[in-house]
Formats: sequence, C-alpha cells, structure tokens
Amino acid sequence: MEPLTNKKKVLIQKPLTFAERIYLPALTKGLSITISHFFKKEATIRYPEVEREMSINWRGMHSLKRDEDGRERCTACGLCALSCPAEAITMIAAERKPEEKNLYREEKYASVYEINMLRCIFCGLCEEACPKEAIYLDGPIVPSDYLRKDFIYGKDKLVEQPLVQK
Amino acid sequence: MDITFVIEKFVLVAVIFGISLLIAMYSTYAERKVAAFLQDRLGPDRAGPAGMFQPLADGLKMFMKEEIIPTHANKWLFMVGPGLAMLTACIGTAVIPWGSPVTIGSKVISLQVTDINVGVLYIFGVVSLSVYGVMIGGWASNNKYSLLSAIRAASQNISYEVAMGLSIIALLLVTNTLSLKEIVEQQHGWHWNVLYQPVGFILFIVCAFAETNRAPFDLPECETELIGGYHTEYSSMKLGFYLFAEYINMFVSSAVMSTLYFGGYNYPGMDYVATVAGPVIAPLIGTVVLFAKIFAFIFFFMWVRWTIPRFRYDQLMHLGWKVLMPLAIANVIITGIVIAIVEKF
Repeated sequence: MEPLTNKKKVLIQKPLTFAERIYLPALTKGLSITISHFFKKEATIRYPEVEREMSINWRGMHSLKRDEDGRERCTACGLCALSCPAEAITMIAAERKPEEKNLYREEKYASVYEINMLRCIFCGLCEEACPKEAIYLDGPIVPSDYLRKDFIYGKDKLVEQPLVQK
Repeated sequence: MDITFVIEKFVLVAVIFGISLLIAMYSTYAERKVAAFLQDRLGPDRAGPAGMFQPLADGLKMFMKEEIIPTHANKWLFMVGPGLAMLTACIGTAVIPWGSPVTIGSKVISLQVTDINVGVLYIFGVVSLSVYGVMIGGWASNNKYSLLSAIRAASQNISYEVAMGLSIIALLLVTNTLSLKEIVEQQHGWHWNVLYQPVGFILFIVCAFAETNRAPFDLPECETELIGGYHTEYSSMKLGFYLFAEYINMFVSSAVMSTLYFGGYNYPGMDYVATVAGPVIAPLIGTVVLFAKIFAFIFFFMWVRWTIPRFRYDQLMHLGWKVLMPLAIANVIITGIVIAIVEKF
C-alpha cells in the first residue's frame, strides 16, 4: 500500500562494533560531557536573597491603589466582586464623611474589602473590571500560612502604602 | 613491650580512624556538591560558609531520629548488621602505608599501623567480610525487599571478588610481594604499577566500584526496584552507619588503588624534596600527596555516579563473569609470559 505520508523511517539496528562493545570509549565520552558541566554556570537562583524576574504580564497579590493625593481610589462599586469567577471578593460600602475627604477620593468607599486568597485564581478579571483603576495584581506571590482564616486578606494587607508618609 | 611503641601505634590508629571518619563525613558533603556541580546546580550552601557544616547537621539529624526496630525482625542481628558494616569498613585502613617512615632524632616512626607480609590478602579478607554487614542487615529486617537486596549484594560481591582477585594476581606477578609497604617502595620514581598493569588497573577499578556498591553497580540499593535496598527497615543512626560505611569503603578502596597502582605516597621529585625538607617534613608531604590521590579517586567515584546509568542485574552478571573474568585470566597469562621472557633475556 502507498504510504499516506513520507514520514516513515525504517530503523536498522546494526550489531555493535568492537569499539562500541568494549564500552570504554563511550564511557570516556560520557565522562567528558559530565565534567564539562562541572565548569558551567549554575542555573540556581538563591531564592530568598535573589528573586527571579517575573514576566511583564505576571499576576500576583492584589493591591488597592491610591491616587496622586494619597486617597483610596476604590469606590466600592462592586464590579470586581461581580466579575470575579471564583467569588473571592467581598466588600461593604460606606459613605464618606466631610472630614474624610483626604482619605477617599469619591463619596462612597469600601469600609471592608476582603479577598480570599485561597479562592482567588489570579485571573485578573477584577483588574479589568475596575472602572477606577483601583485594583491591580502587581504584588508578589501570596505567602503561605497555617490557618484558612489567615488567607482572607483585608484592607490592612491590600491597600498600598501612601507614597509620602505624612 | 616498649611503652613508647604502644603509645605511638595507639596515636597512629586514633589519627587514622579519625581521618577516615572525617573524610567519610565530608564525602557525603562532597557527593552532594559534586552532584550539584555536574548538574549545573549549587548544592547545599546554607549551613555554614558554602554549606561546610552540612555533614554535622546531617549527623545530628540522624541521631535525633526515632529508632524503629521492626517487630518481626531478628533484633540481635538487626543491631549487629550496621556495626559489622562499619567495622569491616574501618579495619581496612590498618595495612595501608600512609607515608615513608618519619625520623625524629634516632627514632624511626612508621606511618603504617602494621606491615603484615600478606597485606594484600588482608585487604581481600576485609573486603570479603564487608558483604556480611549488608547480608545480615538485609536478612534480619524480615522484609522481602531487604532480603532481595541482600542476595543481590552477596552475589554481586562474590562475583566481582573473583575478577578482582585475578587482577591482583597479575599485579603480584609484577611486584613479587604481598606486603603493601614493599609494593609502594617498589613504585618509587615513576615505576607506578598502573604503567605495568593498565588492564589490571581497569579491571580492579571496575571491581572496586562493584565491591563498594557504588553506581553504576549500586543494585543492592536501587530505589526504583527495592525501595531502600537492604536498609529499607533501618532508621536513625543505624541507617546512618550503613550510609557512612559506604563512604568509608569508598575511601579505603581509593587508598588501596592509590597504593597498589598509583605509587602510594611516591611523587616525582621526592628525593630532591627529601634532601631539602628534612626527615620529618618530607614523609608528611608524601602523605599529603597520597591523600591528594585518594581524593582524586573519590572524585572519580562521584563523577562516574552521575555519568553512567545503573546496570541491569543480568548485565552485571554478564560483565562480571563473561567479560571481566576471562579478561583477568588473559591478563594473568600474558603478564606471566612477558615476565618469563624478560627474565630469560
């Protein structure tokens, strides 16, 4: 029958030659290959001291952003929670009081904002949904912990530090 | 008996024992480092500068581990096994000449624990005994994997001892003596036995790999087939003893190879050094040279481990009985003929 493709390759196993059978030439060849690796640069990254550079579209821990005056951008619209496929985000909205104008940008803000890091799949949909550019997944890897309750990150861990401490 | 003689020998034994334990200890570290470098990694580097305290940490870990003796194990033999492995590994160093005699004033101190006139035979006896530690441990564990491994170890060691003995016979035809001290002295000034017995040396080193259960002949402890091999049931420092014994065996066989084939403590230009350095320092330089040779062999052991895959059991037996043994016999015959011809003319 005519073959459908010309990819077929007939393998011919020749009997080993004498040089191959005494095994020592192959052995020295192998040894020279391994010793050449002895002098090569290590691929190891000493993790806690040195960190691997992440790709530009890397998504890590969330951070809630502030604007240029140091006020929280989040207005507790809930679009991030709605867009979240893992239902990891919850929030409670509150109304801004007149004296809190330097803390929150809009009249409405999130008094409680929680992300369950065990539920989160780091898809980045919250980041895309946010109309106020308030949430970004630009942090490091979420650290490990012992208790499930400790993986629910509140505003204390999520809101980024103000640029200038007053 | 002279009391200074007793003290001198006691100190020598203690020093050699300490050194072999220290080298075995740092061989575990070197093994991991060499493995890492050969695989483009870094290896242990956290405990102390460049990980120098890693062996101490490992040893401490071994001591702190819970000790488990299986219920149906033969308790007495289970405990004897590791001890025997350790003992047979350590006593091999007794006949190796670590350096030419040191002369202090009128006193000559030999750097060899005992120069028995059948040194090579003694080494062989010890090497043959070393299989008992593995055998007893594997049998007493009352575990099928351990038993299978012990059987493998026994058959492997017995098979390779044959070829090893035959390769030594060819060497003895050249040296005409069994005393390791005399064998080393004969190799003075580039008369290294490896130049007279290259085939014998290759046979010997292959057999040494098999006798020490090192890769590629580490069938008795191949994890993929036998879990841990003969030490599957062992824990705590008993396991540590088995692992340690392997490294001491490696050290001793490296020392034996350096002594028998690579001139022991001889090095080029040692006569000149002896006139310059004096009768105390010069032998110690020789000792350093011997250790350099030993370390080179230990490195070779590790280098080979990360190069050659493990042999299959039937390949092992094929190599031992059908390749090495005929080759060794041919080597003996050819060596004998050549020596007879050389002596005749």
